Order: sequence, then structure tokens, then C-alpha cells
Amino acid sequence: MKIENIKKEFPIFNNKVQNNDLVYLDSANSSQKPLVVVDRIYDFYTKEFSNVGRSVHYLAVAATNLYENTRSAVQKYINAKHKNEIVFTKGATEAINLVANTFGQKYLKEGDEILLTELEHHSNYVPWHYLRKNKGIKINFAEIDEHGDISFEDIEKQITNRTKMIAITHLSNVTGAILPIKEITELAHSKGIPVLVDGCQSAPHMKMDMQDLDCDFYAISCHKMYGPTGLGVLYAKKKWLDDLPPYQGGGGMINEVKKDDISFGELPNKFEAGTMATAQVIAFNESINFLNKIGVENLVKHENDLLNYGEELLRKNNSVKLIGNPRKKGAVLSFTIDGIHPHDIATILDEDGVAIRAGHHCCQILHDKLGLTASARASLGVYNSKDDLDKLNESINNCKKIFNK
Amino acid sequence: MNLKELYQEIILDHGKNPRNLGKFDNFNKDAKGHNPLCGDKVHLFLKLDENKKVNDISFEGEGCAISMASASIMTDLMKGKSEKDAKEIIEKFLDMIKEKDNIDTKLLEEDEKTKLMSLGGVKNYPMRVKCATLSWHALSSALEDFQKEVTTE
Repeated sequence: MKIENIKKEFPIFNNKVQNNDLVYLDSANSSQKPLVVVDRIYDFYTKEFSNVGRSVHYLAVAATNLYENTRSAVQKYINAKHKNEIVFTKGATEAINLVANTFGQKYLKEGDEILLTELEHHSNYVPWHYLRKNKGIKINFAEIDEHGDISFEDIEKQITNRTKMIAITHLSNVTGAILPIKEITELAHSKGIPVLVDGCQSAPHMKMDMQDLDCDFYAISCHKMYGPTGLGVLYAKKKWLDDLPPYQGGGGMINEVKKDDISFGELPNKFEAGTMATAQVIAFNESINFLNKIGVENLVKHENDLLNYGEELLRKNNSVKLIGNPRKKGAVLSFTIDGIHPHDIATILDEDGVAIRAGHHCCQILHDKLGLTASARASLGVYNSKDDLDKLNESINNCKKIFNK
Repeated sequence: MNLKELYQEIILDHGKNPRNLGKFDNFNKDAKGHNPLCGDKVHLFLKLDENKKVNDISFEGEGCAISMASASIMTDLMKGKSEKDAKEIIEKFLDMIKEKDNIDTKLLEEDEKTKLMSLGGVKNYPMRVKCATLSWHALSSALEDFQKEVTTE
């Protein structure tokens, strides 16, 4: 599959949006869906639908096999050691909540510390905040440097002998900083501290290798990976999934239920209570197929080229200020324009068919640190081209003209 | 009117030269408004005379062009209005910006209505409706003597 022709795999680009060709630069928020994924959902509901893991009739068995095939595909894609280290959730948010809740329940007590970074998305802060409220744990933040980056040393100096978990992003959704997860994990493990990684922004854009990273938990958002909404993946080392208590109780996750006691099912069912997002899981296999057909090396190269091109364009554009200049950067271009509020920028760009995000991108702590209430963000996906970035730049110029900047 | 035209109009008129910007000394009512999602902030100052008429009104604030222009337009047309009329205008403006096609009141001149109608361009953008209504909610709160900061959330 040639990356130059990839746009035509995505039906959304066949239609005009408010009479404009769509320039979609909001993939860090959510990616568009290739036709194969949409078709898979349709086919499943129209030809193959049944609930999974319960009944013994033909459709139920077939659906269960399809569901489990996706688990194997994910395992392979992220190079996890065991298939049962893949748990489906309703999103990366639920994946992190699952860990914070069960790990917190079993292992955390008053005065224990969790180490986050100032780059974290609210979904990797708020779940820990509950433990601060309920259990009296302390949350520490590794601070960003002047490039919007976090180094190994920034993490190292924040670790104390009460640190019980390091929960950090792999790739910042605002500054684009890529953190040295493997090195951080090695250090953490040498001190007996487990590591949770928020992989929402990295999984769609980088080569995934859980065994190499060696982290304990990794949260993935499927809708940012050209997959359906309502679905996430929690990767966790088997020893943790065996060890931690169940997160939610219900059907499908039990072994035996008596009036006076309940025993829980084996992995992975233990963490998948109730009817899961079956169609989404089955369709997500097509997203993985799609990414495999492109090849992650080609994807990385394509997006790096675009990032460099976009950075250069915006740097040359007077009065546009890029946010973040980290050592290693992923495919996001966050910026401000002097004297124009990001929401005004986004609204005017939208009139030209250029879809970007404006706001604090669920990173209020980071924006406070940067002294900003909001920023504008253009983020890239596999379907973007240099043309899209030219249109972004053109539309920014329109915006400046309207505001006389 | 599409949003780009709306921008061109209100930026030219109020963005470059906002009316009634800055605190004045002898205000007797004030209220703050805050939109936590986009960070827009407005602080409204008001002087009601003994007949409960708006003797003077101004605002301080920072935020997007729509919230600032809305505050500028609002403070301009509230001068000289009675408290009762001000409340009716607020109500009719909020009706218009949320759902109605016009501003159903005899208390405003046609050209004033036209200016306010231009802000109606945000109607289909709920996130931006909050920007356009922030200062209006703050005025409403000042008139009611609420002590609490109003928020659009």
C-alpha cells in the first residue's frame, strides 16, 4: 500500500465539509477511519453478529474467534509476550483508571507517592487524584525544561523512596516530546517501581515493542489508531494481571458465583466484565492490518518528513510561535499567534476547511506552566500531505490578515 | 452571515477599538465571568443611579475576539437603560443567541439589534456561544448582586 495514495482509503475525504475539501489536522484528538474498518463493522452486524464468550451456537463461536483474533493481532503489533496481556477497555482512559484503581486498592497507602510529569493528559492525572483524595497518596510532577521536554534526569531526580508508581506519557499531545521510556523503566525497575505508560499518542505513530520497553502497563486508544471509538487497550505484564484484583464486576469475568462467595475467571476475562465493544474489537483487527500493510517504518518516515516540513513553514511565518522544541518530537505542531486567541484561529481556519484543535488539549497543568490559557494544535496522520500543511499556512495567513497581524 | 464575515465585521468595529474597556472609579456593582474551557475572563463594572438606571458601565477582560466584541457591544448599548430594561435585553439576547432568529424587544434600536444579530453567527457552535454570552451572564449577575463568579460551565 503506497502512502502517497492513502487518502483514498478514507471515505471522509470524498465529501466536502462546508463546501471545502477537508484538511484534517486533528488526528491527535481522533483519527479518521479507513473504509476497511467501517466495512468490517457493517459486515459484522449484518452477517456475523452474536455476543462473544457465552453461547455455544455457531455465530457465537465464530464471533468469539474473531474477537480473540484481534487480541492476537494486537499482541503481535505491540510485541507483547502473551496474548492474555492484552485487555480491551472502553478507551485508554479506562485502561489507566483500571490500573490506578486496582493497583491503588492493593498497594497504596497514605504517604505513598506517584510520579507523573507536567506533560500528562488529564486522563493520566485525574485517576491518580482520586487516590490522593481517598487514600492520602502524594502526586509529584517531573518538570518540563524550556523545550517542553522531559529528560531521563528530570525523572531521576523526582524519584524518592516512597515512589510507588511512575505514570508517564510516551509522546506529549502538546509539545510532541517523546520520552525515553526504556531508560526510565530500567531505572524504575532497579528501584522496584512499576511504570505505566500513556501510549495514546505514540501507538499510532511509532514502532511498538512492549518487551523491549519492558514497562509494566501501557494504555492505548484505538480511535486514534484508525480504529473505532469506544475501544482502548491495556497492555499489562501477566504477573500484574494475575496479581491485581478485578476492576469491575459482572458477567463474563467470573468463575463460580455462590450466595456466600464468588471466584473470578482466568485472564483475560477477569478484566473484561459485561458485554464488550464486540464490533469495535473485531473491526480494530482491520486497523492493525491497515497499519501493517503500510509498514510502521514507512509511516514513521512519512510523518517525520511532514513534521519537519510543517515546522519549517510555521517557523518562517512571522508571529506564529511554536510550542515545544524537544530532542525527539512526534507529529504535533502546537502554536500560538500573538494577539489572536486560539479559538479564533481554529474558527477561522475551519471556514477554510482546515480542522485543528484549540484549547488546553486536556493538559491544563502544562498550559499553566507555559503561561497560556490555550493553544492551537495541528496534528498529523498517515493521510496528511505537504499540501495540507501549505493550506494550514495559507489559512493562518488569512487569519492574520483578518486580525491585521 | 458566515463566521469569517462575522469576524471581519466585529474585529474591524470592536476588536481594534473596544468600547468601555477599563475600570472606572465610582462603580457600585461588579461581577466576574470566567469560561474555564478557553480561559476567557471578564470583569464587569456598573454604576446604577438613584433611579436604577445604568449611569456608567465598563469591562476589563481577556479572551477571544467574540467574547471581547460581545462585551464591547453590550456595554455600549446598556448605557442609560433602566435595570428592568437591561434585564429584558439580556433575556432577549440570550434567547436569540441560543435559538431565536430575532431579538424580540422594543427597547433597542434597529441598528443595535443588527449589531447583536451579527453575534448570532455563533449559534451553531455551542463552544463559541459561551464566548458570546460570557459578559451578558456577568452583567446579569451584577444586577442580581450575586457575589459568586459566574462561569459558563
